[in-house]
Amino acid sequence: MSEHAEHAAEHPGYGTFIRIWVILLILTGCLVGVSHLGQTAAVWGLLTLTPLKAGLVFYYFMHLKYEGPLLKIVVLVTLGTLLIFFALLFSDVAFR
Amino acid sequence: MSTHAATAQPSYLVDTGTRKGLVAWLTTTDHKRIGLLYLYSMMTFFFVAVGIGFVMRLVQLTTFQKLITAQTYNALFTVHGVIMIFLFVVPGLPAIFGNFFLPILIGAKDVSFPRLNLASWYFFMAGAILAVLSLFTGGGAPDTGWTFYAPFSLKTGTNVSLAVFAAFILGFSSMLTGINFITTIHRLRAPGMQWFRMPLMCWALYSTAWIQLLATPILAITLALVILERFFGIGIFDPAKGGDPLLYQHLFWIYSHPAVYIMILPAMGAISEILPTFAKRPIFGYKAIAFSSMSIAGVGSLVWAHHMFTSGMSGTALMLFSLLTMIVAVPSAIKVFNWVSTLYKGSIDFQPPLLFALTFIFLFCIGGLTGVMQGALAINVHIHDTYFIVGHFHYVMFGGTGMALFAALLYWFPKMWGKMYSKKAIYLSWFPMFIGFNMLYFGMMILGMMGMPRRYYVHLPQFHTMHVITTVGSWFLILGLLMFFGALLYAIFKGEKAEDNPWGGVTLEWTIPSPPPLENFEEIPTITRGPYHFEQEGK
Repeated sequence: MSEHAEHAAEHPGYGTFIRIWVILLILTGCLVGVSHLGQTAAVWGLLTLTPLKAGLVFYYFMHLKYEGPLLKIVVLVTLGTLLIFFALLFSDVAFR
Repeated sequence: MSTHAATAQPSYLVDTGTRKGLVAWLTTTDHKRIGLLYLYSMMTFFFVAVGIGFVMRLVQLTTFQKLITAQTYNALFTVHGVIMIFLFVVPGLPAIFGNFFLPILIGAKDVSFPRLNLASWYFFMAGAILAVLSLFTGGGAPDTGWTFYAPFSLKTGTNVSLAVFAAFILGFSSMLTGINFITTIHRLRAPGMQWFRMPLMCWALYSTAWIQLLATPILAITLALVILERFFGIGIFDPAKGGDPLLYQHLFWIYSHPAVYIMILPAMGAISEILPTFAKRPIFGYKAIAFSSMSIAGVGSLVWAHHMFTSGMSGTALMLFSLLTMIVAVPSAIKVFNWVSTLYKGSIDFQPPLLFALTFIFLFCIGGLTGVMQGALAINVHIHDTYFIVGHFHYVMFGGTGMALFAALLYWFPKMWGKMYSKKAIYLSWFPMFIGFNMLYFGMMILGMMGMPRRYYVHLPQFHTMHVITTVGSWFLILGLLMFFGALLYAIFKGEKAEDNPWGGVTLEWTIPSPPPLENFEEIPTITRGPYHFEQEGK
């Protein structure tokens, strides 16, 4: 198999992209839905669904799925750092 | 480490291209010239801010209040802070000595992105010009203090938007320099220059660059939100619209506390270069110092809310951030112990750079230990927003970063200009500087303990004696500064020619001519050992 063909085999077809797009649309609908259920539900909905959406975009549209382990680790470390910052911020906001 | 004889290349101070004079300097991509561009511009800003500080102290001698109104006083302390923090202390050592010496210390010809390096300086100057413009345009000089706290910064009619935008632009300069240094250290180390063979200044610059790169965007976004809030009233920080002013404080300090380490880490790196040279022995605990730089960068990013202990944060956050603040003292203490241990049983060669390095350690210890005091919640509540805080952070910023910058300037001066200053004049300048510094800032800490709040235009009679003492101290300090820089300026123009290695240093910069040739090295050196091997040099 040529290098080009190998590279192409690693990548998904349009079907996958369309499926991910539909999932993203459904998640956006869910976000709009939970925003009508009160502030607490809206905040938790945002905090869980938005990272999920961003994750799908990263993983498929931005090809993180097909990258080597180093780049995946870098992204995980970044996310871990962000979570630490969130946790520290919430030590104030959640208990104020 | 291989040494090199004199080179056929001309000095970097000689114009070799088609452009000559000022144009050659303003379009240079040489890291050494860019370092000097930063030095000259920053020292100009520094003396402007010193002048403002001088006037602020005069206001506390109440006879001068006829000349300065309360509103002007608010503008003065804001502008003093903005200039000192954003135009001098934060960019100071990395931009000047990082630019000049990082490539030389790792055996490279230049930084990875020389044009980006020049662009960083132009961003710096653009930000500086906007900051100055904000004083004289719109509603007048900002009166918020350098922290631009919401909601006051959203409401005041003074020219906060332009000042905030200036800080935004300055942030870009900082980030671009950070990217450049990280890439340079990763990609341009000379053959054999392994990570643990790098001089400690490089470790300090490396950890600083990561903070510059990761923390500065948070400030940039926060300041952009302030501008949006002022123009469009989007309500993120405005409590009247359901916003949270404490969120502003969190976001501001998420950058601005790590910025303290951007300020102090390169200073610590410079001290780690100076001490072995004048103790004539390898640095004690090389790896401990290198790792402590990285851990200061890491843990120091998680302690920001100790600036907010009286803001109304939750009790949980208060306890958590108090604990984390105590932890960050550990890597700082590791450095101090290692520096002192380096001097122990060393063959001390007492020269001006060592005097200022020791002054740094003494003053930084006072600044650091009073910082640990404030990390304790019970004490912090009492002294928060008093003169104690002002005294403390001047011990860290000026006694720490400032003195280290002076020490570094004295240490590398012969290399940078190829001239030697009068050591006697420098020693003479030290006395008024040291005495004035402690009268001024220790006096402020006493005032704070007595209950004098910061940023007040007037004071109660019981504080007057200490205000007079601190103000007289500021005169001594300024006298010392003028003597110090006078001696250095004289040396640039009329100083005796310096030797290539006047201090007996063993790192790479001392193996090349003074001033350095255009491309630093005749041929890229091959490194075969660590940076501080004095025994092998027979010293």
